Amino acid sequence: MTIRWTTLVGGCLTALIVAFLVTPAIMSIVAGLSVNYAKGLSSGLTLNWVIQVWALYSDTILRSILVALATLALTLLIGVPGAYALVRQGGRLAVLVEELITLPVAIPGLALALALIITYGGFGAFRGSSLFIVVGHVLFTLPFMVRAVMAVLGTIDWKTLDEGAASLGASSWRRFFDVILPNVRPGVMAGALTVVTLSIGEFNLTWMMHTPLTKTLPVGLADAYASMRLEIASAYTLTFFIMIVPLLIGMQMAADFTEKRPKP
Amino acid sequence: MPNHRFNIVLLLPLAVFVLAFLILPLGQLSVTAGSGEQGLMAFVSILTEERYRTSLFVTMLLALATTLATLITSTIAAQTLAGRRFPGRSLVVALLTFPLAFPGVVVGFMIILLGGRLGLVGTLTKATIGTNVVFAYSIVGLFIGYLYFSIPRVILTLMAAAEKLDPSLVEAARSLGAGPFMIQRDVVLPALYPALFSAGALSFATAMGAFGTAFTLATSIDVFPMVIYTEFTLATNASMAAALSIVLGLVTWAALALARSGSSQVPAAG
Repeated sequence: MTIRWTTLVGGCLTALIVAFLVTPAIMSIVAGLSVNYAKGLSSGLTLNWVIQVWALYSDTILRSILVALATLALTLLIGVPGAYALVRQGGRLAVLVEELITLPVAIPGLALALALIITYGGFGAFRGSSLFIVVGHVLFTLPFMVRAVMAVLGTIDWKTLDEGAASLGASSWRRFFDVILPNVRPGVMAGALTVVTLSIGEFNLTWMMHTPLTKTLPVGLADAYASMRLEIASAYTLTFFIMIVPLLIGMQMAADFTEKRPKP
Repeated sequence: MPNHRFNIVLLLPLAVFVLAFLILPLGQLSVTAGSGEQGLMAFVSILTEERYRTSLFVTMLLALATTLATLITSTIAAQTLAGRRFPGRSLVVALLTFPLAFPGVVVGFMIILLGGRLGLVGTLTKATIGTNVVFAYSIVGLFIGYLYFSIPRVILTLMAAAEKLDPSLVEAARSLGAGPFMIQRDVVLPALYPALFSAGALSFATAMGAFGTAFTLATSIDVFPMVIYTEFTLATNASMAAALSIVLGLVTWAALALARSGSSQVPAAG
């Protein structure tokens, strides 16, 4: 069979899109590792820029990790029981609550950050702490945790599981911890990876909410893009890539795992 | 039901958080928006004052152009990838969706690497036609940046829809003598319409609210989110900034509500 011209054009365009998305990422990796970007790879490879990034920005990298972990802890604490309650409750109220908590995904981060600053700007200690940023990140990531858990609850027969355990005399809490939680683990896992990835990359909220003492990685990146030489900006971006790639691979694996689960 | 109390306990942390950090602040934002010098006229001034109106208009135009370009390129790529199995296919799909995790600032930097003063395009044009073409800091750079942001967000939705398209329909149309453009217009696009609609709305909302890319490229174009930012930080006009962000929030929320039919779960902001 001969190849149709439409297939050929489609293939070329797809290759072009991939090149468009991937080329600058590769350029940034190369720039972050080469002695002189303008002279190209022939100037030699070095880890100097990465080391300089660490010296200049290690606080932002560590803060981003801590903020992401705190955000994760809070979304787990708030989101997992919440998702279970919403599925148990069902009906219009559950739909309404789900809509409400999804609002921060639909509204630009800038607007949310402004709302939080206007409301809590007067609380100096809270406003100036990393906890303020964590609150913003929880607001933005919570729907992803809730929806991931609700999605898994939709595929398992939690009612029968819960009733079975209840008939054996287990209390509500015991059933939640020993029966429901182990069964929603794939959803929690997928939600957790999404939450951490989004938190580490969050800029729109954080740029408005940060203070000079609470800079996160993306805030530092914006800083470096504006004021540092290209090699340092690239090495810093490379650090960000290294942090998110394992998370993305984990997300893909979690998605594959969920897909392969037998559905009732 | 006896377990009603248990439900309430489970829901309590969520309720407290949403009340304190979503409902209360959004209420506060609305109050602030209406309590500036102009009162509620602040909302009217978005349309009457040239600076705000132009910005809203330009941003909408840019978002529409981004949406259109994203849909055209992504549909062709999705059709090419759907239903074809070849070695390295999963790698191609992974590469197409990898930039999903990039914040807007990083996307801005990617555009600087492509079209900045030391960028790839400039280096290539310098070697071939002798001039260093720099586009990163113009509206073209912004458009390409939004495109970079948008494609990974819609391509999976379109691929899933294209996978569901019955190839025998296309085959039948072809055997009846329809050319590729006719097949595209009469068979493929109608079948993809729901996915195109929701992907398009998502793309539009994302482009309207994008802040990081514009911020990094520091263009002379005042896109709407940048106007909000300057209004709040430089002009310290909190009420105007609040009014502007409410309008922006309503636009993106409405666009995403329209998109609901496809129920995409990709974050609009970045």
